[in-house]
Amino acid sequence: MSDLTSAGAAVGGAPVAGDGPTTDAPGGKERSASLWADARRQLLRDPVFVIALLYILAVGSMAAFPKLWTSQDPRACSTDRSRVSPSWEHPFGFDVLGCDYYAHAIYGARPSMVIAVMATSGIVLFGGVLGLLAGYYGGWVDAVISRVMDIFFSLPFLLGAIVFLTVIKRQNIWTITAVLFLLAWPTIARIIRGSVISSKDLDYVHAAKAVGARNSRLMFRHILPNAIAPMLVYATIVLGSFVAAEATLTFLGVGLQQPAQSWGIMISTHQVYFLDDPWLLLFPCGLLVGTVLSFILMGDALRDALDPKFR
Amino acid sequence: MGRYVIRRLLQFIPTVLGTMFLLHYMTSLAIQFSGNPVRALFGDRTPDPALLAAITERLGYADPCLDQRGNPCFGLFLDRLQNIFFHFDFGINLRQREVTELVADAIPFTLKLLVIAIVFEAVVGIAAGVLAGLRGGSFTDYMVKISTVFVISVPIFVLGLVVREFVGVKFGNVLRGQDWIPDLISVGVFTPGFKPDYPFASLIIPGMVLGAVSLATTARLTRTSIMENIRADYVRTAKAKGLTNKRVIGVHTLRNSLIPVITFLGVDIGAAMAGAVVTETIFNVPGIGRLVTMSARTGESSVVVGVVTMLVLVVLVANLLVDLLYAVLDPRIRYE
Amino acid sequence: MSTDVNVKMEALAGVDPDALPLQVKDLHVEFRTRNGIARAVNGVSFDLRAGETRAILGESGCGKSVTAQAIMGILDTPPGFITGGEILYRGVDLLKLPESERRKVRANRIAMIFQDALSALNPVFTVGFQLAELFRKHRGMSRQDAKARAVELLDLVKIPAAKQRVNDYPHQFSGGMRQRVMIAMALALDPEVLIADEPTTALDVTVQAQIMALLAELQRERNMGLVLITHDMGVVADVADQISVMYAGRVIEEAGVNDIYASPAHPYTKGLLESIPRLDLKGHELSAIKGLPPMLTNIPPGCAFNPRCRYAQEVCRQDPAPPLYQVSPSRTAACHFWKEVKGDE
Repeated sequence: MSDLTSAGAAVGGAPVAGDGPTTDAPGGKERSASLWADARRQLLRDPVFVIALLYILAVGSMAAFPKLWTSQDPRACSTDRSRVSPSWEHPFGFDVLGCDYYAHAIYGARPSMVIAVMATSGIVLFGGVLGLLAGYYGGWVDAVISRVMDIFFSLPFLLGAIVFLTVIKRQNIWTITAVLFLLAWPTIARIIRGSVISSKDLDYVHAAKAVGARNSRLMFRHILPNAIAPMLVYATIVLGSFVAAEATLTFLGVGLQQPAQSWGIMISTHQVYFLDDPWLLLFPCGLLVGTVLSFILMGDALRDALDPKFR
Repeated sequence: MGRYVIRRLLQFIPTVLGTMFLLHYMTSLAIQFSGNPVRALFGDRTPDPALLAAITERLGYADPCLDQRGNPCFGLFLDRLQNIFFHFDFGINLRQREVTELVADAIPFTLKLLVIAIVFEAVVGIAAGVLAGLRGGSFTDYMVKISTVFVISVPIFVLGLVVREFVGVKFGNVLRGQDWIPDLISVGVFTPGFKPDYPFASLIIPGMVLGAVSLATTARLTRTSIMENIRADYVRTAKAKGLTNKRVIGVHTLRNSLIPVITFLGVDIGAAMAGAVVTETIFNVPGIGRLVTMSARTGESSVVVGVVTMLVLVVLVANLLVDLLYAVLDPRIRYE
Repeated sequence: MSTDVNVKMEALAGVDPDALPLQVKDLHVEFRTRNGIARAVNGVSFDLRAGETRAILGESGCGKSVTAQAIMGILDTPPGFITGGEILYRGVDLLKLPESERRKVRANRIAMIFQDALSALNPVFTVGFQLAELFRKHRGMSRQDAKARAVELLDLVKIPAAKQRVNDYPHQFSGGMRQRVMIAMALALDPEVLIADEPTTALDVTVQAQIMALLAELQRERNMGLVLITHDMGVVADVADQISVMYAGRVIEEAGVNDIYASPAHPYTKGLLESIPRLDLKGHELSAIKGLPPMLTNIPPGCAFNPRCRYAQEVCRQDPAPPLYQVSPSRTAACHFWKEVKGDE
């Protein structure tokens, strides 16, 4: 999970504050709009981004509307079809219990995506607010929040998650989301704090202060917009990390449990059949890796598009 | 230097206490919300109340504060700190064995695994990063870029499984069919799991899998760092001093570029310990990581909490040492 | 010291001790970038005599630093390429030497001082190490002897308590002291030519004066040729003997320091002089050269200065660019109308 923090550092290190695209001055709005419009144009021209986006949209629709993708019931199983190879009607074949593997894979997208989206929204909101407060007020507020973040950083993510999930015994979507949220919020808070501190001293913020803007206005109108781009980049990458984390925890036996359906369960149940029927392992692994890879590639492309330094 | 060390040591104490408390509070909350963890050991059976009470008492879960949701259980925390720091007691398992004893049995395997992993990622990662950084846009550069993204997006357990099956089993079977290949290679190195007969050879592939995760980050970090430094003014000065190209790169560029890489490797020891949980489970290495997974699967939470606490302390000490090493390597930090 | 010089003379084949220490002839440098080819230096020539100070004067981006880097042979290639010309050290064309020979010229015969000493000194080595390195690698001295020489050098550039400070790191020195270290490093191997690229730009005015005085003193003692690259007309007036004014990669005027200040013969030089605030003209509006220097990827045809020039006529807008006209036996100017410019007050 070291990529969680290193990715964050890479993003956080390059706040887009430099060009200060958000001012109330005439023209400021236009420039801000053009930053995002430029970014969108550049992204849509980037084939890597477009392919990754289409892949994520496909996986997202599997999670939201599995019936669009399959009419089979993943729970209609019959042991005499156990481990039947892929065919036209059943493109992924059957699993060890004789359930349609393709349907299982489609329905398996939901828990991963739900956990990743919920946990990411959570850390963006909570970590975002704490980072904003720490960066904007500085002083003892910053000292307290930063010390707390340091403590969370010292606890390796996987170890903390294993302890919590072992003790709580109920290993479901909610508890996994909770532990991901609990252990990952400081990374996003650190990024926001960094970009707030760097944009706090920009001249146009001083100017806004000089004309008597209130704290809340300064924060939300002038400072926060600068932090949005790095946050968006990081949130995209973190979605991928969370999908991977859910599968890892499930594989270790502290994540989702049978009879829940998820890619992690598919992988851990069928790892022993690899020699005879490698597709039982390769299909879920492929889906999982594709999803994580797509999120990371999208994040990278977003960073390049949103950071004026790379233009 | 002295002031820096003292300041860093003073920061260390609250961080240790804070992290221990975080771990303690997470555990307490989990118990407060889901009930006595000892019940999990009995599965679906209804335990004998006397036995349940006895085990609960023995594992230290009998404190009434664990019934009050949200109570931070400071008393319990202080007891635990006392046990750890004054008696070196990290708890016991169900059969009354000390967690420290369990860890002592398991630690040689984990240490070997970690050494292999760190050496592998350091040597290969730095070499690839230097090559890529010195020649931006070259084939190596391109390979490093692609493989970084790829390795970061393949979860370590997927990588481990695929390597175990393809390299350990399939490729290993091919080798084992050849008479001329020594057993050390065909049975020892290319094995799907740990073999007590080959305590070192059979850890090579698991170690490489563990190192692969951070290998990509190491290479990328080295690459960026070299690319930044090679354009630095002091490298130009070194050239103007009429030094050989070897010395300009080897002394004036590498020394500066490797500072962040070495500190990353130090911090990565902590991440690798967490990664060892996955790697050891996949390759069946009887180390600390597998101890954690096995205990987690059987619900022996006292062991999980004890071992993880110990690992976290090691990670914290490693981070401290890295910070001190950083000061040794970079004089600008030392004299702040 | 004299034996060192003899050793150096023998080491480089073809050296003519009577030839000038440095001659640059028709130097061309271009940068091949994604946005096209930037012609940074377009035929720069000048001579440097022993003990003489030649100032190369111009705005940032006019090619003066690139010229210095080309002479030292430390141009970043790619993107920079030397596409023509000669750089002669005592009659030997450095551009034709193999890299191993070329390396021996650096620091030994031609040395350089950089603008920002903080970034030009390696932050992770002591200044003693960085000075001693020169003696160890070029003279094969032992660590101890080299360290002793490093202390002598710090003494030479008047750094107090040199014995202790030799073990300090660059960031522990003040700006002026760091620049002194830089000078010590350049003078370590007793070069015949010193190139100083904006040596005082990053310093306070009072410190600037001290550093320039030190440089002048050391130059006099050693009868060393100094190429002073700067945009500061004030610095030039104090120390330079000869001046080459550069614009868009060309030398557009070359003259002795007194001639230039008394009667500039190129409109650009004239503009530069007029934009210096003068106490005797208090109350007058300060004139500035209008417009911006051209992009090096897109230098206008004819005289590169013509879009900003009040003397410009049709002939200035057409190729070829004005040649260097002989204004007097010792000075030249690249302007078709040098007579008007010079006569016009």
